Amino acid sequence: MSTEKTFRLDGKAIPFEDGETVMDAALKAGEYIPHLCHNPDFEPHGSCRICVVDVNGRHQCSCTLPASEGMDVDNSSEAITNKRRTLLQMLFVEGNHVCPACEKSGACQLQAVAYQTGMLNPHFTHFFPKRSIDASHPDIVFYFNRCILCGLCVRVSRDVDKKAVFSLSGRGHRTRIIFNSPSGKAVDTELAITDKAVSVCPTGAILPKHHGYETPVGERLYDCLPISVVGDAAKHHTAKKHFLNGDPDE
Amino acid sequence: MVTLMNDIQSDQERPKDKLIVATAALCGCFGCHMSLLDIDERILQLVELVEFDRTPLTDIKTVGKCDIGLIEGGVANVDNVEVLREFRNNCDVLVAVGACAVNGGVPTMRNQFEIKECLEEAYIHGIGVENPHVPNDVEIPLLLDKVHPIHEVVRVDYFLPGCPPGADTIWLFLTEVIAGNAVNFPYSLIHYD
Repeated sequence: MSTEKTFRLDGKAIPFEDGETVMDAALKAGEYIPHLCHNPDFEPHGSCRICVVDVNGRHQCSCTLPASEGMDVDNSSEAITNKRRTLLQMLFVEGNHVCPACEKSGACQLQAVAYQTGMLNPHFTHFFPKRSIDASHPDIVFYFNRCILCGLCVRVSRDVDKKAVFSLSGRGHRTRIIFNSPSGKAVDTELAITDKAVSVCPTGAILPKHHGYETPVGERLYDCLPISVVGDAAKHHTAKKHFLNGDPDE
Repeated sequence: MVTLMNDIQSDQERPKDKLIVATAALCGCFGCHMSLLDIDERILQLVELVEFDRTPLTDIKTVGKCDIGLIEGGVANVDNVEVLREFRNNCDVLVAVGACAVNGGVPTMRNQFEIKECLEEAYIHGIGVENPHVPNDVEIPLLLDKVHPIHEVVRVDYFLPGCPPGADTIWLFLTEVIAGNAVNFPYSLIHYD
């Protein structure tokens, strides 16, 4: 008799170990649950809510929900996809996401998840917030227009790079990313291009300088295959980053 | 007079089995119309199925009663608002074609600035500007303070994202709508750039 614990994801049995989240178990089993603020290498945050699933009739955030036996998880019904699409539409209208003018386009998780949910329009009225660009750092540029406040850079800089370069400041729709430096500028922080925090952004908010538009349209990460097939996007970005830095073995 | 001619034409000459299509370019780059022309020889099939009303392709200046209205570009000035409302009033199905119509696109990048700053940058402080002054001829439509996607001004029935949407996307949309089918785009035909 097998002692392996399982839950059901879209009817398929997914094995898990005690303490594992629904997201971790699903990714390990090769099942994709759309996500933006989650990155399997780091502690879950549960802030973007894109990974919402229906568990036994209730909406739950799969990246923070511990898996338990007997769960019946709906990850791909039309109802759940509609919920995700609405969340994405709100993320798009809250910022200034001009895909045709963004270097990250084609390799952007926000865009790719929106494609995956079949989002054809923003539906809501745009905020058109006035946000700045910080190009003070010699190697990195910050487009706050594209920030979705997922907090990945904050967490990674604090927990992995041990620099705590970023912080989320303000509340509600006034929340924004700030730099931990006396001048408030990126150049006066300890941030370096080799920091993990630079490579984890799911949008085009944090970009390396001198590396724009290197891949032709049609050959970019999500041009040919959807994010659900490409798999975990964050790992792809990390791998690509190491590759750009001449460290392909990582 | 032109309107009258159009009415007569629509009542008497237009074949009843053809759908009437109108198109307009608002605040865009005309790239979506170029993409429409990228259907290449399929345009011969298209003209068997549809009749064009007002469009830059026919140079008809006013829009009559239409089955489908295709709008390229966002809403950036008072003329755009007027044309868009005319299209909404006359078209059974109104379609936002391309990034600018869908979400404002590249022109919305001016929303970060005051309209005064934009005009002064273009007409007064710009490089190589001679006789610097902001154009003020009454014929020039006044700019809105912000550029908007068309769904913020009128109700929109369909959205074709892309900068521009590819010819295959436009072709699939038109043929499915003309055939009376629901439109489902495969992954390869949805993109925002």
